[in-house]
Amino acid sequence: MAKWMSVAQVKEKIKESSAEEVTAHYLETIGKSKINGYITVSDKALEQAKRIDSEGHNGPLAGVPIAIKDNISVAGLPNSCGSKILERYVPPFNAHVIEKLLEAGAVILGKTNMDEFAMGSSTETSYYGPTANPWDLERVPGGSSGGSAAVVAAGEAPFSLGSDTGGSVRCPAAFCGVVGLKPTYGAVSRHGVVAYANSLEQIGPIANNVTDIAVLMDVIAGYDHRDSTSIDCETEYQKALVDNVKGLKIGVPKEFFGEGIHPDVEKAVWNAIHKFESLGATWEEVSMPNIKYALASYYIIAMSEASSNLARFDGTRYGFRGSGENWHMMVSKTRAEGFGTEVKRRILLGTYALSAGYHDKYYLKALKVRTLVKQDFDSALSKFDVLMAPTMPNPAFKIGEKIEDPLSLYLSDINTCPINLAGVPSISVPCGLTDGLPIGLQIIGRPFDEPTVLRVAYTFEQNTDYHTKRPPEVA
Amino acid sequence: MVYENPDGVKIGLEIHIQLNKLKTKMFCGCSTDYHNAAPNTHTCPVCLGLPGALPVLNKKAVEAAIKVGLALEGKIAEETQFHRKNYFYPDLPKGFQITQYDFPIVSRGKIVIEGEDGEHTVGITRAHMEEDPGKLVHIGSIEKSKGVLIDYNRSGIPLIETVTEPDMRSPKEARRFLDKFRNILEYLDVFDGNLEGAMRVDANVSIYGGTRVEIKNISSHKGVERALLYEIMRQKNVIRRGGKVVQETRHFDEGRGVTLSMRTKEEAEDYRYFREPDLMPMRVTDWIPAIKETLPELPDAKRSRFMEQYGITDMHARSLTSKIMLADFYEGVCAEGVDPKLAATWTADVFLGELNYRDLAISSYDGEKIGFIHAKDPRIKKSFKVSDMVELVNLFDEGKISDRAAVEVIRTMLDTTEEKTPSQIIEEKGLFKAEDDLVTKAVAEAIAENEAAVQDYLGGTEKSLNFLVGQVMKKTKGTADAKTARELIIKELKG
Repeated sequence: MAKWMSVAQVKEKIKESSAEEVTAHYLETIGKSKINGYITVSDKALEQAKRIDSEGHNGPLAGVPIAIKDNISVAGLPNSCGSKILERYVPPFNAHVIEKLLEAGAVILGKTNMDEFAMGSSTETSYYGPTANPWDLERVPGGSSGGSAAVVAAGEAPFSLGSDTGGSVRCPAAFCGVVGLKPTYGAVSRHGVVAYANSLEQIGPIANNVTDIAVLMDVIAGYDHRDSTSIDCETEYQKALVDNVKGLKIGVPKEFFGEGIHPDVEKAVWNAIHKFESLGATWEEVSMPNIKYALASYYIIAMSEASSNLARFDGTRYGFRGSGENWHMMVSKTRAEGFGTEVKRRILLGTYALSAGYHDKYYLKALKVRTLVKQDFDSALSKFDVLMAPTMPNPAFKIGEKIEDPLSLYLSDINTCPINLAGVPSISVPCGLTDGLPIGLQIIGRPFDEPTVLRVAYTFEQNTDYHTKRPPEVA
Repeated sequence: MVYENPDGVKIGLEIHIQLNKLKTKMFCGCSTDYHNAAPNTHTCPVCLGLPGALPVLNKKAVEAAIKVGLALEGKIAEETQFHRKNYFYPDLPKGFQITQYDFPIVSRGKIVIEGEDGEHTVGITRAHMEEDPGKLVHIGSIEKSKGVLIDYNRSGIPLIETVTEPDMRSPKEARRFLDKFRNILEYLDVFDGNLEGAMRVDANVSIYGGTRVEIKNISSHKGVERALLYEIMRQKNVIRRGGKVVQETRHFDEGRGVTLSMRTKEEAEDYRYFREPDLMPMRVTDWIPAIKETLPELPDAKRSRFMEQYGITDMHARSLTSKIMLADFYEGVCAEGVDPKLAATWTADVFLGELNYRDLAISSYDGEKIGFIHAKDPRIKKSFKVSDMVELVNLFDEGKISDRAAVEVIRTMLDTTEEKTPSQIIEEKGLFKAEDDLVTKAVAEAIAENEAAVQDYLGGTEKSLNFLVGQVMKKTKGTADAKTARELIIKELKG
């Protein structure tokens, strides 16, 4: 069986052989993995595939295997969020997206590695050890959905789900040379995804090509009454897959090409923009003056929300429990021993930002900046159909290179986090290599205009071959 | 008469009420009917705060809150807005409580109570929606329990927290306010005050314009009055001894009837409020006209109508409208054509008195009978039929039974579980009013048999007459009318 298959090819294989054989193929590949992409491999996957074979299923993903980030609840499978504190936590319910995937006939291969509670850009903060980048095993896969991107890049799953709070789908997609979409806020239900920063995050698909992203969106997107921020937009994503960008207006925000950007990244992104020009699009530079405050605003909001979201992990009801002579000591021990350094840092900073006397100075100010950033996007996207920029200013860095320097790690989110503040959709597609490491092009669209974003990305894919490049180390 | 408030008492209340008439919780579909349920059986991922579960606002809870706001003549916010109140406690499964902060659903309302000097208005600062935490259960007692059990059945029960202005001038006014507030909530059919933990009160009190002290979590109206009486006395004594009242939170020890310090202002918590990102604002302005239409006749309006329609006194009307179920029962009795004034006397004075004496709290009315539960043991349930009250009042009205006999019938009906009509009880106990000649005979016998008493009475000892009346009553087994007996004796002895 081919190592890298599109969903269409996987379905073809299932028809030729069986869902069981296809699932077994992926489980075998996972068994030989060199990247530590999965925290849990499901012991029910084969059984699930067999059932699809014996009972038949006409869902759009009948028998197609998928990998799920370990912060998206799958009933009966551990949901650790990359943390010790949830090591033994097994959710009793399925996330909305999991319900949809199971309805569609998908087979869940397992739960993928991630930065602890999605706090990181390298998958190094996971309690279960870092995931390696399939393109260079000494490098990070990006994060926080590093496992989800790496297993797709390594042929350990045809596609996967991640979550994107400040770039956590797009960053690892860029670093691992795969496609990743952060949908518009509200397009995909968050029911069942463990919250890091509720007002910013969305579940997003990761795949080897744009078509599979659309296939997955058609399954997972849509209204869910259990998420009050969910919106019914009735989009048919696969219908957007048309090879045509004639007359498309592209805005190139110069703030996304700031200091410290790798020259090869800059070159690759401009090459892509010129490619679109040759296909009939026009481009123009645009200024988004408030982008320079986005990173600070993003981190204050994300950490503030996180400090509250993570308060429930106190050892009282589920998960890891530290020992103490009374409840207060038990809670202190649980959190001291159960959370990693980065999580503690963010809880402390978020608690500080929300405290009396600092609330207005930090949290409220961050909200105001958020409004300004959003206005920058509204204004730019009123003139242009899409905005294009590098997903990450640099290619994947070495494992251990930045982990002791949180600020430089935070800075790597500089081009991705503004999109979450604005709530708009954005996709990262491969647009070249530098020294054998993938580069990602970010295509940003108007709220709920995923069709345009997907059409542009699809057109790029139809007219280039970057998405066909595979990491040699795992080939 | 104007109440002078000699100690400058100012009382403000914060009242948590459970919207326990709603079927489901504030942010999930779990049932609110948890009082007799096994622990942790009315729970789901949302009210257990499991990771990944999201709150979804219960529309009925918002409608109920708006209904309360309209009844309090308050201003209703244009949209709902929720905040997180962050603190750690084992009964709080998410580590924060979803509540309202600077944008409550209701602001600036009022309730008019019967104050120290007539009608007195108490301002309502605000009323906001929030979720109830779970409940800690100590095995044995707090001191002796080796561990703490947590029951999350209560977690997520819809609450309304109402904050008043410091407009009450005495513990009695505070109690009257609570009685009236509870009454209004029951009229609105959003609240059943008989359920355990349905209403919890924090009381703030200051004297002579000084520092205010908060007494937390008092569970009964009577408890609030007692706690405040004690606290005012305590503050007066502190000042009398030259001390200063410090700003603090105190707790009321029901058993000992005293307030004890819990924490001072310096230990006040920082709740780090911020907007709940999982709930979008919901515009409610358009709902208001429809909700207004569902507002029932409220206690004050009903009282006025009763006085006018039935010609009864203010006191009777007040008492009859103090419970919606009682008011409905009374109207049920009147609808059967009995004299409304007599019905008022028998219902408000006698019947209600007998209920209070037995610690029976009115808990239902179904159009045929009024039901009660025992205040200390809700498993004890009783009821009283409209038709029985109608029969009783008519028998009395027709002069067939004495007032004493009528009271005895009511007592018998409340004290036994047998299904018997008033006539049956009267028959069995021989309570029909004695025939005139029977009374005349008893009077003659009483005079003949008690020579000494007769002489004393004729000699001017008035109380000897009472003795003779008593003898007549004894001979007729209480069926004689005491007044008639008295008149007959006087007539016999003095001509």
